[in-house]
Amino acid sequence: MSDDLDPSPTAGLPPAMAEIVEDFQALPDRERLQLLLEFSNGLKPLPAEFDGHPELMERVDECQSPVFVVVEVDPSQAVHLHVSAPPEAPTTRGFAGVLQEGLEGLPAQVVLDLPPDVCSRLGLDRAVSPLRMRGMTGMLARVKRQIRVSTAA
Amino acid sequence: MSLPFDQSEKLAAYAHPEKLVTTQWLADHLGEPGLVVVESDEDVLLWNTGHIAGSVKVDWHTELNDSVTRDYVDGEGFAALMSAKGISREDTVVVYGDKNNWWAAYALWVFTLFGHPDVRLLDGGRAKWIAEDRPTTTDAPAPTATTYPVVERQDAGVRAFKEDVLAHLGGKLIDVRSPQEYTGERTHMPDYPEEGTVRGGHIPGADSVPWARAAAEDGTFKPRSELEAIYQDEKGLSPQDDVIAYCRIGERSSHTWFVLSALLGFDTVRNYDGSWTEWGNAVRVPIAKGPDKGGPA
Repeated sequence: MSDDLDPSPTAGLPPAMAEIVEDFQALPDRERLQLLLEFSNGLKPLPAEFDGHPELMERVDECQSPVFVVVEVDPSQAVHLHVSAPPEAPTTRGFAGVLQEGLEGLPAQVVLDLPPDVCSRLGLDRAVSPLRMRGMTGMLARVKRQIRVSTAA
Repeated sequence: MSLPFDQSEKLAAYAHPEKLVTTQWLADHLGEPGLVVVESDEDVLLWNTGHIAGSVKVDWHTELNDSVTRDYVDGEGFAALMSAKGISREDTVVVYGDKNNWWAAYALWVFTLFGHPDVRLLDGGRAKWIAEDRPTTTDAPAPTATTYPVVERQDAGVRAFKEDVLAHLGGKLIDVRSPQEYTGERTHMPDYPEEGTVRGGHIPGADSVPWARAAAEDGTFKPRSELEAIYQDEKGLSPQDDVIAYCRIGERSSHTWFVLSALLGFDTVRNYDGSWTEWGNAVRVPIAKGPDKGGPA
């Protein structure tokens, strides 16, 4: 868990997410945006069962663009995140790509225990408007809620 | 040296046709000396994914706003920005962007605070350019630094502060946000009660005219006659009125500011950039809730 007394941006993060945060933190501001663009380009296409079916996913209202997210928790309790975000919203796609790569295959409980401020650990606050940051925080909150719902059943 | 104005018929009907250009005009003049194209988007990465050849990105958040105080850059900051983007004071600047040109209109409005002589909006913005299959590139231009003069920002006349709005209560106000934001039904996003503003509603006496009513399906501005039907016939505004427009942080109201001042020729239109994120958080300012305008307090 995050600790207000621990200033390290990777504190309390699972390894894959910690590595992403370190990659961002190692770069100057301008190049951080470039890295986010790479995550945007790397966002995986939706699996066939969700492609063209936004009604099966949850809309992320915090995002200004039509962004939909769905989380699958497989029988071994591992989490898989699928996100649909339009090419006109590369920043949002980039954040989605970060979450997708950072959370892939993690146990559900580990995702639930992620610090809520994980998005701001990327060090993009200066380059990305607060509204955009809110979109990513919203995405993570919805991911957690979906996990809570599917693991409670 | 200014480029010739766009002579297209639709634009000619507007009060100030010299304040905007069509995509065809831009395609015809792209690359001419004296023209700088600026892209200004809500999404800070959008320009990087592809843009009109030669265009430079101007980001509202990191470049037009002061990084510490909630304000715009000062004269020196603006001059440094213009120099870095390769813009001279004599250049014709054409601004375009995403989201129906919200941020492009906002950037144009900031250019206006510094009195840049010739700045125009691309009618239809980025979406129309792309919808018409016009070319884009990911090549980043390498602008040559210019010597842009330090011009003191002139807020008076086009910018309203909270104190100005308080003094203006009872006058003409336009709230350009969504109807739900106007009534106060929506004060925060689901799950995030701590974000946004602490109070919902609108400034007493403000008329609700969502910005999108001025936009056509393809993102261009509606023809003048249709705009007059909305703002003048339906809302009873007249071009001699002193009008203040606001939204959440001043970007959507820049769109309406442009409509009223450039397209309909209103003499006195100010954009209240503090907008609801200031008003809805300010202590002891009057607020009206529900669909009624409410009187001045």
